[in-house]
Amino acid sequence: MAETENNKILEIKNLRTYFYTDDGVVKAVDGVSFDLKKGETLGIVGETGCGKSVTALSILRLIPQPMGKIVEGEIIFDGKDLLKLGQKELQNFRGNRISMIFQDPMTSLNPVYTVGNQVMESLVVHRKLSKEEARRGSLKLLEMVGIPEPKRRFASYPHEFSGGMRQRVMIAMAIANSPSVLIADEPTTALDVTIQAQILELMDELKSKTNSSIIIITHDLGVVAKYANRVMVMYAGKPIEFSNVDNIFYKPMHPYTIGLMKSITRLDEKNRKKLKPIEGLPPSLIDLPKGCIFRIRCKYAINQCKKEYPPLVEIEKDHRVSCYRAKEFMDGILERFGN
Amino acid sequence: MENNILLEVKNLKKYFNLRSGFLSQRFAGSVKAVDDISFFIRRGETFGLVGETGCGKTTVARVILRLVPQTGGEAIYNKVNIFKLTSREMLKIRREIQVIFQDPYASLSPRMTVGDIINEPFEIHKIGDKRKRIKKVKELLRVVGLNPEHIHRYPHEFSSGQRQRVGVARALALTPKLLLCDEPVSALDVSVQAQILNLLTDLQKEFNLTYLFIAHDLSVVKHVSDRIGVMYLGKLFEVANSEDLYKKPLHPYTMGLLSAIPIPDPELERKRRRIVLEGDVPSPINPPSGCSFHQRCPNAQDICSKEEPELKNYSKNENEHLAACFFAGKPI
Repeated sequence: MAETENNKILEIKNLRTYFYTDDGVVKAVDGVSFDLKKGETLGIVGETGCGKSVTALSILRLIPQPMGKIVEGEIIFDGKDLLKLGQKELQNFRGNRISMIFQDPMTSLNPVYTVGNQVMESLVVHRKLSKEEARRGSLKLLEMVGIPEPKRRFASYPHEFSGGMRQRVMIAMAIANSPSVLIADEPTTALDVTIQAQILELMDELKSKTNSSIIIITHDLGVVAKYANRVMVMYAGKPIEFSNVDNIFYKPMHPYTIGLMKSITRLDEKNRKKLKPIEGLPPSLIDLPKGCIFRIRCKYAINQCKKEYPPLVEIEKDHRVSCYRAKEFMDGILERFGN
Repeated sequence: MENNILLEVKNLKKYFNLRSGFLSQRFAGSVKAVDDISFFIRRGETFGLVGETGCGKTTVARVILRLVPQTGGEAIYNKVNIFKLTSREMLKIRREIQVIFQDPYASLSPRMTVGDIINEPFEIHKIGDKRKRIKKVKELLRVVGLNPEHIHRYPHEFSSGQRQRVGVARALALTPKLLLCDEPVSALDVSVQAQILNLLTDLQKEFNLTYLFIAHDLSVVKHVSDRIGVMYLGKLFEVANSEDLYKKPLHPYTMGLLSAIPIPDPELERKRRRIVLEGDVPSPINPPSGCSFHQRCPNAQDICSKEEPELKNYSKNENEHLAACFFAGKPI
């Protein structure tokens, strides 16, 4: 196999996840393709309802049934298409080679089991360790994620922990079997900033220790700037721009990405600088307009945008954009950060 | 004191008593949600109050509005101590002090149309007749960027950003002088957040409003505020104008807080030194002795666990840059 091939740990091809509701079909994820390289951190950003969490859940096939359904796509991990596996085979990957950290550590830990018990579980299930071995293993894990006095805390229940500590427990569970891919869905949104910094630093440190890859899903562009190597921006279920972090922040070529950059408040900027928000609201995912979904809010929209959805094309090396006018941004014909 | 001060809070205290036991209801200590804080807001300026969960920032607003009784201290609005007013006098002051809440879902009644919601203040304060009120409500909808024809719609027909605009319109109805904004944008997505922040800035200019802006997100607070107070476990740790607070923070907690917020600029982030504050915020039921931050503070010395530092001025000018730290300004 060629080296570039080897470097890919996970590849998603044309993923479509729909939800069938009484009001109609919600195309939560509609044609998402990306790859994840060994040792990298990939950021998926977008606003509420853009499909970033559903993308993550789809990878582990955790879509709520029977409402939701992965209607199309391939999820290639280790040469296997995860979508073609039976539940039992899939179980070998879930929580083992690919694991997940959820947003809300309050609801994702079981309140009636001790913390130690829950960390042990994944060791017992996947590694077939004895109880005693698993206990020793989980004490080590709790120590690794920075839980003070792990021996004493082992027998505590989740409600006895603070939000930050609970998220540390979640991370301990996720890394128990040294997964190759760690998917973190808004891992710090429920936490205070000083605790957020602790958790993100911990994840980054563990990543470099274990040489795993991270997919971090967030709406916080600061977090992306700090931790991601590459970024995929999503809008209304579709990826609209995908590149390395520098391109996304300094040379964005999709009007939505550009709009996001102009909407954020920055600590290092003079106060009261007028923000330039994107007008309007994201569309309902049930009745998507024909053509480009962003065109209603886009001040660069042209006639062509109404007719057909712009495909995600590689406009320069490692920089894919789904906009008919991307080239004009690249060539400087259209001004990005002007008005 | 200066002449142009609209609100001055002096030694404000709010303790919540804890009771234990189902029947006996024994007194079991108190949570010092707000513990002896003082600050002032000048006319036409925005004073930001920032801090993490449970630091008491929302309680400050609730006490000023007399939604909960104070334990001690004064809140002087326009030379009058709000806490000494009778409820009739208070009603009059409430016209001038309005509030915008965090959650645009919970703060609007789902059974009232937006027209009724915005009209309610006029009814309570018996202002105008029906025709005048409708005209005013439509005008307010227009001012906050909503379509006046949507006057008969219900809150659930609006997005969260639009709902927050309804909340703003209701707060503006009685042409207030002081607006308390309690986390007005934290429930919103970035692009919508920017719309609301711009709206608040525009309205401030148009109606000459004074804001107390409470939020946990320092980059948002810094964006809108002229001056900022940093709170931690019921105390004010630092007060400064927003440029000074960012450029030369004096309190180690402020330094840690600033450093914890990633700036959306990858190159800058690669160069930036990160200070990670260790540990959690201690429980307010049983706060540490001395300075309540000393267990997490990299600069802490013996004195910090024994004595509590006072909020002192460190600037040439009076009241310009205050900090409560024995080693204020020492880098960490």
